[in-house]
Parts: sequence; C-alpha cells; structure tokens
Amino acid sequence: MTRAWLVTLAFGGVLLAQEPELPQGLGEPEPGLPEGLGEQAEPVDPVSSVSPVERSPMDWPGTAFFADLGLTGFLDVRAGTRVTSDRYERSASLAEARLRLEYEDEFDPFVVRVAADLVADALYDSWTPEPESGRGFIDLREASVATTPLPFLDVKVGRQVLTWGTGDLLFLNDLFPKDWVSFFVGRDTEYLKAPSDAVRVGAYGGVANLEVVYTPRFDSDRYLTGERVSYFNPLLGRRSGRDAIQRPIVPDDFGRDDEIAARLSGDVRGFELAAYGYWGRWKSPGGLDVATGAATFPRLNVYGASARTQLAGGIANVEVGYYDSRQDVGGGNPFVNNSEFRVLVGYERDLPELAESLTVGVQYYVENLIGYGAYRSTLPVGIPPRDESRHVITMRITKLLLEQRLRVSLFGYVSPSDADAYLRPNVTYAIDDDWSVTVGGNVFFGEDDHTFFGQFENNSNVFVAARLSF
Amino acid sequence: MKIVYPLMFAAWFVTPALAQDGDDKAPTVDEIVAAANRVGYYQGKDGRAQVKMEIVDGQGRRREREMTILRRDVPPPKDYQGKPEDYTGDQLFYVRFRRPADVNKTTFLVHKRPGKDDDRWLYLPALDLVKRISSADKRSSFVGSNFYYEDVSGRHIGADEHRLVETTKTYYVVESRPKDKASVEFASYKMWIHKATFLVVKVEYRDDAGKVYRTYEALKVGKVQGYPTVLKARMSDLRSKGTTTVTYEDVAYDLGLPANIFTERYLRRAPRKWMR
Repeated sequence: MTRAWLVTLAFGGVLLAQEPELPQGLGEPEPGLPEGLGEQAEPVDPVSSVSPVERSPMDWPGTAFFADLGLTGFLDVRAGTRVTSDRYERSASLAEARLRLEYEDEFDPFVVRVAADLVADALYDSWTPEPESGRGFIDLREASVATTPLPFLDVKVGRQVLTWGTGDLLFLNDLFPKDWVSFFVGRDTEYLKAPSDAVRVGAYGGVANLEVVYTPRFDSDRYLTGERVSYFNPLLGRRSGRDAIQRPIVPDDFGRDDEIAARLSGDVRGFELAAYGYWGRWKSPGGLDVATGAATFPRLNVYGASARTQLAGGIANVEVGYYDSRQDVGGGNPFVNNSEFRVLVGYERDLPELAESLTVGVQYYVENLIGYGAYRSTLPVGIPPRDESRHVITMRITKLLLEQRLRVSLFGYVSPSDADAYLRPNVTYAIDDDWSVTVGGNVFFGEDDHTFFGQFENNSNVFVAARLSF
Repeated sequence: MKIVYPLMFAAWFVTPALAQDGDDKAPTVDEIVAAANRVGYYQGKDGRAQVKMEIVDGQGRRREREMTILRRDVPPPKDYQGKPEDYTGDQLFYVRFRRPADVNKTTFLVHKRPGKDDDRWLYLPALDLVKRISSADKRSSFVGSNFYYEDVSGRHIGADEHRLVETTKTYYVVESRPKDKASVEFASYKMWIHKATFLVVKVEYRDDAGKVYRTYEALKVGKVQGYPTVLKARMSDLRSKGTTTVTYEDVAYDLGLPANIFTERYLRRAPRKWMR
C-alpha cells in the first residue's frame, strides 16, 4: 500500500502529462528527493560532522614524503634558449630545477612561515648561496614571523615578499625589490618579486589603514649585471654582457642604509584610494661612481597616490608617482638619474560579450623626466640621450580553454616614443591537479640599441617548463 | 501508514522558510523564488563551510578543489520595513583555497551586490598581490568546475521572469526566463523547489532549442542549527558529459563573523580562528 502511494507520488506527473492542455514540460517525472529530505534522516551535528582535511593520494612518492612532513611546494624544471645569437651571452637562457619547500604553522600568537627553493642552475658558475641575489643552491623566499599584538595591528618580521600599487607588471609606488633577471629569462612570474628583509607593520582602522615597511639594510632589485642578460652599457657605448659584468657599489650598512615605505589607504564609496611614500634609494643602479666607473644606488624618495574602482564591469585604476632623485635635485648631475614624474592609467575587464573566460587589460604609462634641459646640457658626449617623456602602452589578453586546463596569455609592452616593445606570450596546460607544463617566450624589439626594451633585443628567448605541485 | 510519511516530514522541518498566513493561501511565484533564494544563500547572519569539489570531465579525468568559504550578510538598512530574516541584500564572501596545491592559500574576496556587478578581489600569496578583478563574466566556470560564479554566490532573482508552472505534492516547479537574453547562455531554466523547505532540489537549464543541457541536483540535505542545508550537490554538463560534485562539510551558521574579515588585511593574513 505504501509502495503504491509512493509510486503514485513519484509518477503522478506522468499521468498528468496525458492531459493535452497541460503546458510543455509538466509531463516529465519530477525529481526524487535528495538524501535528507523526506525521510527520517539524522539531523547533522555540526561538531561531529567535521572531517579532517584528507590528503589526496599522490601519484609520486616524493611529494607524499614532503606532505607527511607538513611541507607544501613544487618541483619546477625549466629550460630556455635565445632565439638570436648574442655575442656577449650564452645561447642558453635558462636551465634549472627548483624544489620549493614551504612550511607554515601557528605557535599562538605567532604564525611562522618559511619558503625556500633548492636550486640547481646550470648557468651559474657557483653553488655558494648568496642570500641577497638569490644565487647559489638555495634561494630563501620567506622566513617570517607574523603576529597581531593589538586587535588593529599586524606585525610581520623577517624575509617576506611585499607588493602594493595598482599597476599590472608596471610599478610606480611599489619600491620593493624586483628580480628583473628572473622576469626576462622566463621564470614563473612570482619570481619577479624578490624578497625583502623587513618589518611590516599594519594599523587597520575603520576609515583608513596605515602600513609601514622598514627595511634596515637596503634591498636592491636583483638587477641586471650582464651575466645572464645583455644590456646597453653607456660607458662602452654598446651592448655588453659577460664581457663586462657589472659590479655595482651596493650600500649595505645595517641601520644606516635603510629604507622606509608607507601606504595610507582607504575605501571611499567603492573607490580604493591610497597615498604612498618611500624614502630610500633607486632600486636598480641609478648612478655612476666617476672614480671607479661602478654603478651606484643614489638616494631616492617617492611620493605617490592611486585610485582603483569598478567601472562598467571592469576595473579602472590610476596611479601617479613623483620620483625625487635626492642626489640630482636640479637634474644637472650626469652621473645620477634625474627626478621623474610617472603616471599610469589602466583598465581591465572580462569580455563575456566576445567569449567566455576571456580577460583583456590595457594600460597607458608615461615617465616624464624632470629637469630635461639640465640633463641634455650635461649629458656626456657619446651617450645617446633618452626622450623627455617615455610612453608605454601595455596590453594583456588571457583566455582559458578546455575547462580552464589551458591558459593562453599574451602580455605586451609597446613604447611608441622609444620605438621598442617587449612581448610575453605564455601557454600553460594543467595535465592534472599536480602537473602542469608551460611554453613561453620573452621577445624584445627595438629600433635603437639603447632604449629601455630595445637594449634587450638579443635576449629574446623561448622556454619550456614542467611543474609538479604538492 | 501512508499518512505518516508526509507528517514526519513536516514535523522535521520545524522552521518554515516562508511565512504563510494560513495553509489555504498559496504563495505567489515571487514569494516562492524569494524564499528559495533566502534558503539557498542567506540562512543565518553568516556561515562557514569546508567545500570540496570533485570535477570529472567527459573523459573521466578527475580533478579536485578544496576551499573554505566564509559568508556574512550585510545587515538591512535602518529604513528597511520587513522582517530582518527576510532581508536579502549585499553579502560578503571569503573563499580560501587549499587544493589543488598550486592554488594553496589563493583567496577570493567577493562583495556581492544583487542587481549590480559584484566587487571581487583575488589574492596571490606568492606575489603578495591583491588584484581587483572584473566581475563581468558571471557565467564562466568557477575554478574550472561545472559551477559558474553565479551558481556559487547566487543569481539575482530580479534578473529573470519567473512563472509557477506546476505545484506538485512535493514541489513548486518554477520556470524562469532571462530578462537580458544576451547576458546568459540559457534560454530558460526550471527549478524544482521543495515545498516544505524551499530548497532547490533540481534545476534544468535549456538552450534555445528547448533542450536540457545542464542540470543541478541536490544530492544530500541536512539540518544544521535548524536550517535545512544542502550538503552535497552536483552540476552536470550534458554536452561535455562533465560533472562537478560539491560537498559542504563543517557547515556552521551564526558564528558572529566580524565584518573586517572581509577586507584586504585578511587576504594577506588568513582569519585562522574563523576558518578552523
């Protein structure tokens, strides 16, 4: 009897469907009830139903070994080659394996994080670790302790990667160290950010937030020395590389050669507003020691602001920065970078109107030299002058395909004023949750040998990579 | 014997999701859809779940996603007239991934604004980068699964015209058509809304030819702190034969999540206490 009743309930719709006047769709059998509805199911006890996070069975025993130790990370193997010959560099641009190991744990009230790469890099001659440049067999990415001493205050001390600002691969008020070598030779984008050894303090209020980063000893960019990437050397009046490896004078007095970066930020009616200050030095060589011919890192203060908001389904941003080159106030010192005013305007949006999972971004960036007359009149003979204003347009196109397994992207910088360009095509395919493979390139074009991107023309490269994440 | 079954059923779900002024008055389709939206996305003042997704594509290849989702409803404004528990306004979501390993600690922050574009941020821990991202593409895959962004945070009920096409013993069957056809890939969808709880038990999406190409099914339901809650569900793409099965574990409501968790500060520093 009961069964008959249930059958009638479940298939009642079928019987109704035979009535001709019923609208379409009514005649189909209605869905059965899911588990927990319509039967005397046990109410869920939210406490006892907690199941521990299970680790998926791993295919590769090595990753299980690290997982058992509470370590996460990846194994990344990549190789690249120049596409044109460069008389000052090796033809191989990349040949390395990295084992990233990360550890994070809470020792109330502290959170400890360590992330290190064990590196086998065939293109460096020495295995000796250099903690500042990241060279050698170990590259320490993070070793930090974070805590919240007061409810509104966060403090993080130690080696850490720091980022702020609104640009996409353009940095105005982010004066934290960058690794240009990694960026240009085809390491993963995360390596563009080099770590800082710093104290970060954030005070978070209802209206505004203040973050201050103190770096007691200057952390320069991982700048171009010529060892891996050739560049235009103004002293030689030509490109140079391994024939004239740069050994700059890096200020390294703990406490005296320090840096301070600060950001005051808040949200006003959907506009994310921020003001920035930086008191430190040019992050890549910005001057020349006349006596020795060595590159230097002159003093630099930067003041800036940014705004970011949603606009027509996309994200619009504006950022400005005034680069106050403290050792060349008038612009008449030919051996120190002039001051600059930098402006960035950007817009990024998904374009479901054209295709799903398609994102396009455009940025316009201008770098205006201050004291250009003084710069030109004191520029030593033989050094090609730069323009007063350098204009750059960037474009990013990203498309995800095959259920987001395949990611195809192109990022390009084009400078109409310098007549040069830098393209970063990248295709990444996720074989499964653990393995991915990447093919990419770094392609430089330029009419002249000395412009910002044009100087790297002989470094154009393609690379392949495989990564196992665990 | 046959009467016991529906009676037990009614007694079990003691919290009626929809206030009915007597049994004789049937709810309107707008009331039904509003109640389903409330039960599906707005139960409690806030909530947390440990979410696992199993994605199986048409070739049988399996992928997994694991994340913690925190949710907080923005309380109704002072001039709001209705009952506070009926208010379905802005919501804040904090989604932190654990697996797959390459997105471990990657975090989404979403300010959902029904009827408008959401505000979305993405935190990439390796770069310490807080990126504000476009929310124009609401009907694209959420992290490679068969769920769309809109399925996860809820489609605005005002975006469609709803019609009650059938009332069975168990379900309200509602057919919905988009007001803006160009913005969606479906021509219509049909929801089976469970009468006693207003949980959506099944959804069928149809294309212009009237063919069902995508289905949602609630597979397991439980009662958590008095709230009927979907604990397991599946989205199937009938064209690609791909399916995504999502399970919600450790579900809890009314935790008292502070509003400031849903800010940039906590993208950089996970609110461990609240994520368990």
